[in-house]
Amino acid sequence: MRLDILNKGYSFGTKALFAVIKAVSGYPLPDAAKLVFYRPGYYGAPAKKFTHAAMRGPSAWSVGDRELMAAYVSSLNRCSFCIKAHGAVAAGAYNDRAKVDAVLADPATAAIEEPLRATLLLLGKLTRENTIAADDIRVTMTAGVSASQIEDALAVCFAFNVTNRLADAFSFFVPSPDAFEAGAKYLLKRGYQ
Amino acid sequence: MEKDFQKGGGGFGRLYQGLVDHILKGKGVSPEAQRRAAFDNSSLMEPLKTLIDKVANDAYRISDGDVDAVKRSGKSEDEIFELVICGAVGQASRQYNNALSALRQAITDETGGRHAS
Repeated sequence: MRLDILNKGYSFGTKALFAVIKAVSGYPLPDAAKLVFYRPGYYGAPAKKFTHAAMRGPSAWSVGDRELMAAYVSSLNRCSFCIKAHGAVAAGAYNDRAKVDAVLADPATAAIEEPLRATLLLLGKLTRENTIAADDIRVTMTAGVSASQIEDALAVCFAFNVTNRLADAFSFFVPSPDAFEAGAKYLLKRGYQ
Repeated sequence: MEKDFQKGGGGFGRLYQGLVDHILKGKGVSPEAQRRAAFDNSSLMEPLKTLIDKVANDAYRISDGDVDAVKRSGKSEDEIFELVICGAVGQASRQYNNALSALRQAITDETGGRHAS
C-alpha cells in the first residue's frame, strides 16, 4: 500500500493476528482487511458496522445479489481489487461464475431477473453520474423493486463507492485468483464484522 | 413494516451517521476543518486539492506521485490517511444522500405525502 503506516503501523498483537491468519489460510491478510485494522476507532470499526449491515443484514436481496451489486459498482469505478474480490464472493454465493461475468460485461443483456437488472442499472447511473432523480426510482419500482429493496441497494452502493476509492487511493495489492477465492470463502462464512 | 429511512433514519441512517461522525469529529491528527474540507472536496490547497479531487472523481488514476506530493508538502501519513478517507466518504455521501432524497420523493409522490419524512 502507498502509506507505510498501512503496511507496518500495527501493534504487536495485531501483527501476531495477521501472522496467525496467514498460517491458517495460507495467504496474507488482504489489504482491504488490513485497512480496517489500522486505527480502527477512526474508520475501520464504524465502516465495518455499516458494510456488514448492508451486505449481510436482513434484506429481500440475497447475499449473492448484494455481492454482485458490489462487484458491478466496483467495475464502474474501475477498481481492480474490488471487482475481483466481490466478483469471487458473488460467484461463490450463486455457485455461478458465468452469471457474474455476464453482469459485469453488461447488466442490460445478462440473463438475470428484471428487478435485479433494474437495480443494477440504477446503481450504475448513480455511480457514474453521482445523481439520480425520483423518475429513476419510479422506473426501478416499475420493474418490481420495493422501496426497501432500493434502500438496501443504495447502502451497498454507498459502501462500495467508499471502499473502491480507498482501494485505489491506498493502492491495495491485487493478489492471485486463489487468494481471492480464499477471501471469498471467508466473507461468505463470516461477513464483514 | 416501513423501513427507517421513511422515518428520517435509524437503521442504515444511524450506522451511516456514526461513520461520518467518527471521521469528521472523532479523535484524529488533522484539524476538523481540514477533514470537513476534504469531505466536501472544496477549499483545499495544492497538492492536497489534486489528491482529494482524484479520490472523489478518478480514484483509479491516483498515482504514487499524487500521494508523494502531499507528503512533501508536510502532511504526515496519518493526516493523509484521514483526509483520503474523508474525501472518499464525502463523495459517496453526496451520491447516497441524493439517492435517498430521490427515493423519498418517489414515495411521497406515490402515496400523496402520507409517508413523507
